[in-house]
Amino acid sequence: MTEFERRTPEANPGVRRTVVRSVATLVGMFAFAFALVPLYDVFCRVTGINGKVETTAQAIVHEGVDDSRYVTVQFITRNGSGLPWNLEVETRQVRVHPGQSTEVGFAFHNASSEGTWGRAVPSVSPSNATRHLRKVSCFCFEEQHLEAGERLELPLVFQLSRDLPPEVNTVTLVYTLYPVTRDEAPLQARATAGKGDEA
Amino acid sequence: MAPKLPPHHPVEQSTSATAGGQASAHHAPPRGILRWLLTTNHKEIGSLYLIFSLIMFFIGGIFALVVRAELFQPGLQLVNPEFFNQMTTMHGLIMVFAAVMPAFTGLANWMIPLQIGAPDMALPRLNNFSFWLLPVAFLLLLSTLLMPGGGPNFGWTFYAPLSTTYAPPSTTFFILSLHIAGISSILGAINIVATIINMRAPGMRMMDMPLFVWTWLITAFLLIAVMPVLAGVITMMLMDINFGTHFFNAAGGGDPVLFQHLFWFFGHPEVYIMILPAFGIVSAIIPTFARKRLFGYASMVYATASIAILSFLVWAHHMFVVGLPLAAELFFMYTTMIIAVPTGVKVFNWITTLFRGSITFEPPMLFALAFVVLFTIGGFSGLMLAIAPADFQYHDTYFVVAHFHYVLVPGAVFAIMAGVYYWLPKWTGHYPNVKLAQWHFWLSVIGVNLTFFPMHFAGLAGMPRRIPDYALQFADFNLVSSLGAFMFGASQLVFVAVVILCVRGGEKAPAKAWEGAEDLEWSVPSPAPLHTFETPPTFQRHEH
Amino acid sequence: MRTPFVWMVGCLIGLGSMPAAVASGWNMPVGVTDLSREIHSLHMIIFWICVIIGVVVFGVMFYSLFKFRRSRGAEAANFHENTTVEVLWTAIPLLILVGMAVPATATLKKMYDASDAELDVMIIGQQWRWRYEYLGEEVAFNSSMSTPRAQIRGEESRDEHYLLEVDNPLVLPINRKVRFLMTSDDVIHSWWVPDFAVKQDTIPGFVNENWVRINEPGIYRGQCAELCGMDHGFMPIVVHAMEEEDFEVWLAERREEAEQEAMGVDREWALDELMERGETVYASICASCHQAEGQGAAPAFPALAGNQRLIDDADWHLNTILNGVSGTAMPAFRSTLNPVELAAVTTWTRNAWGNDTGDAIQPAAVVEKLANQ
Repeated sequence: MTEFERRTPEANPGVRRTVVRSVATLVGMFAFAFALVPLYDVFCRVTGINGKVETTAQAIVHEGVDDSRYVTVQFITRNGSGLPWNLEVETRQVRVHPGQSTEVGFAFHNASSEGTWGRAVPSVSPSNATRHLRKVSCFCFEEQHLEAGERLELPLVFQLSRDLPPEVNTVTLVYTLYPVTRDEAPLQARATAGKGDEA
Repeated sequence: MAPKLPPHHPVEQSTSATAGGQASAHHAPPRGILRWLLTTNHKEIGSLYLIFSLIMFFIGGIFALVVRAELFQPGLQLVNPEFFNQMTTMHGLIMVFAAVMPAFTGLANWMIPLQIGAPDMALPRLNNFSFWLLPVAFLLLLSTLLMPGGGPNFGWTFYAPLSTTYAPPSTTFFILSLHIAGISSILGAINIVATIINMRAPGMRMMDMPLFVWTWLITAFLLIAVMPVLAGVITMMLMDINFGTHFFNAAGGGDPVLFQHLFWFFGHPEVYIMILPAFGIVSAIIPTFARKRLFGYASMVYATASIAILSFLVWAHHMFVVGLPLAAELFFMYTTMIIAVPTGVKVFNWITTLFRGSITFEPPMLFALAFVVLFTIGGFSGLMLAIAPADFQYHDTYFVVAHFHYVLVPGAVFAIMAGVYYWLPKWTGHYPNVKLAQWHFWLSVIGVNLTFFPMHFAGLAGMPRRIPDYALQFADFNLVSSLGAFMFGASQLVFVAVVILCVRGGEKAPAKAWEGAEDLEWSVPSPAPLHTFETPPTFQRHEH
Repeated sequence: MRTPFVWMVGCLIGLGSMPAAVASGWNMPVGVTDLSREIHSLHMIIFWICVIIGVVVFGVMFYSLFKFRRSRGAEAANFHENTTVEVLWTAIPLLILVGMAVPATATLKKMYDASDAELDVMIIGQQWRWRYEYLGEEVAFNSSMSTPRAQIRGEESRDEHYLLEVDNPLVLPINRKVRFLMTSDDVIHSWWVPDFAVKQDTIPGFVNENWVRINEPGIYRGQCAELCGMDHGFMPIVVHAMEEEDFEVWLAERREEAEQEAMGVDREWALDELMERGETVYASICASCHQAEGQGAAPAFPALAGNQRLIDDADWHLNTILNGVSGTAMPAFRSTLNPVELAAVTTWTRNAWGNDTGDAIQPAAVVEKLANQ
């Protein structure tokens, strides 16, 4: 009996140490799972995985225009469910030189009888072009509010960097409109920094 | 936190006719149900785990049979697609979290203290708690089937947004039950680590431990590392569903692919959690019945550790078609292929152990040998799946279903059965009935191959997984699979019969039930008395 | 104890019969693109490497099991741990793996090069159909399974292409590089045609790319490969690959049809006419969720038959069809159905199954609503 008790946990400081370390690892890994959310976001933006793009404006880089090649940039707009808006782009595609900054007009139109919030979520394909697409000004940085019947024209100003991989000659930008449900009066200029906010 | 142990009567029978750890009648109070509710004895808790997992194995098996019955021929005959999806999902969840994992935990509870010469687990009360969480978790999970909208129907991998925005209302309960099951696994793992690190018999170094202990130690580390990640993912799901966050919802700036990264960061190590202890069991059985020591003990330990480490670097091979960039595809393809090396080392070790041995074919050995062959076949299809360009064709087809069932059924499940046959004499004091066990073995082996081998062909020919009905060219494969599945299912009733008969009687087993067995558990009487190694044994380094 | 031996022999025979099983219909299709051929040969190379390794490994194993049985008087040797052997069985597999990785890497690189495409097709997954949009060609349509439910229930005999038949197949030209842009409106789907070796997930809010250059005209079939809910098993893919000239003709016809349809907006439609058209649209687009008789499938898919809100509020009804319901499987049809189809299906659902409102929603009214609600 005494032998048994000697070897039971309360008498064994080693067990306590192991438990403390395990619990510390546990807590650390749980936190790590949540930390992966912003980390993944950063990782995607840096590497361009998944067509994720910078959600803040970048400065134009004056690096001279590469006249030797043309790249076709396509624009596609789509409607997610639940938002009675139309999003139109003035041109379906443009041909640009890398390094050249270009402006394309987009028109939002709220076709419903009440004011609503919406957001155009961008995605870029192919993913290895994402890193080389600099958006100077984009409506996708912000959530938009449109009154009933309101029409809003917003420009997209972008530049493809000169180091765009040579095999890329078509870049497709897709914007999907999604409704934004919010209870309180929103800040239009709120940077849509991503999910870290909600976490 | 200093739990006091309940009083024990140290006097023990050693050759009682009662069923050892299962039900030793003249043990201390409390009696009846309360005794099982409150037990802190590792052998009793081990038995509870094993009985629980056997029950869940049958429930999950019935779900699988519903699936196979519906797929017996083209068309929808028995269930609607909605219920079909619930069945595939529940089958996966129950088999992974309620059958295979608790079975290994049960074996660990029973055998680790015996194999390292410890009187009990390091944290007996915690042990009781972590077991009793399981029935709670899985009763809750099973009850979702009766809720409006039905139970989980999004596959055991529960990819967002199918499992969030588009999920049935019961999903919150699914998340809760998975949380509870996860806590149970984590507590079990902490207990196992604490036991192995601190409670070995004097003189037993880490590199003297039996391989089952080693593989479980590594498994427990994996559990501690990845179960919290699963908990994190399902917490995010919970928040997306109930609190309006957008972790996985593109409409709110989230990303459904992030879910898959997080899930498989947990999920791939989870796969090894279900196979590493199996390696340990087989590594104990093969030397015993070849009467020859394991060829490379140290390289087995290192191979297990390398597999565990690599398991953190390969998760995205489950996601080759989600649109990963080329560099990521290549990275995950290479890391996945490398896993074949330590796995190969293991198989080569087992076979070299057989070479020039003195081999007999008792029931545990039969299952262990079937494990080596069939697990290796699963390994081959795994290697094929690792080749990213080819995976574009294999992904999400029955080829994948065949692959993971080969590593899990004749892999993990056969190893568990091998372990049960191997240690039943120690638990009950009787040998299992050899004739019946052979029947069980042959029916299982034939059934399992009839079920899963045709799935390779169905998948290659183009049948996607998780579909309730299929095009006519897949009909023959599915017919054979379904027949095999019912055969395999029925043969498990034989297994239950063997176990029950063995508990109730049979040929008496001596302390060292198998002539070639060397580890410490064979130094205590059969059946093992409720309390063993209260005085630490003297460990003699003759093996390994 | 003869049985194990019998079993082992059986296993060897089984393994030996694998090549026979590699006959057509049992194996990955060779396919009709250069890449699918390459992937097929990669698959076969790895398969044979596995078979050879298997024969060697299992050969040694079964030899040992036969030769070193105690019943034959085998005495156990006592050897263990041999560094040379252990280094060898680590190094040789590594070399084999490198040998596999080299061609795999080359193939993968080709698969990822979607540049210089001559045609762009957007593929959109929806619960439970596909939508194809030919970018810059003004042609777009939905593609739903056309196998009758009665065949699934076993009330009719099953066609040759049971479950692999659609109302509007994707039509592609051969010998042209076609780039696919893939996305989804709801959950993740996966567009897979085995003959092209193209399988790519469609992810809501994100765009994936893949491409194909078909070598032979023909009809190629595939299925959704990623579990996407109730009718995951019932969203097949049919691709009709034709000569380039035929494709141009087809494209022109589709454009013509779309124009005709657009002109239909200006005239007044009779209730019967709308009902007739609406029934077709409903069967192809709506019936998978709301069911053939409008009875729905609770709780995810509300009933339309006898739905009081629908009957009372025509405006809400049309709005729901146009804009969808956020966070449910109900997509916005404002840009995926044309005004005639929208008007027709609204009319149908307002009058079928005893809803009997008598409303005939005119295409012109839908156009008006789309522009200004």
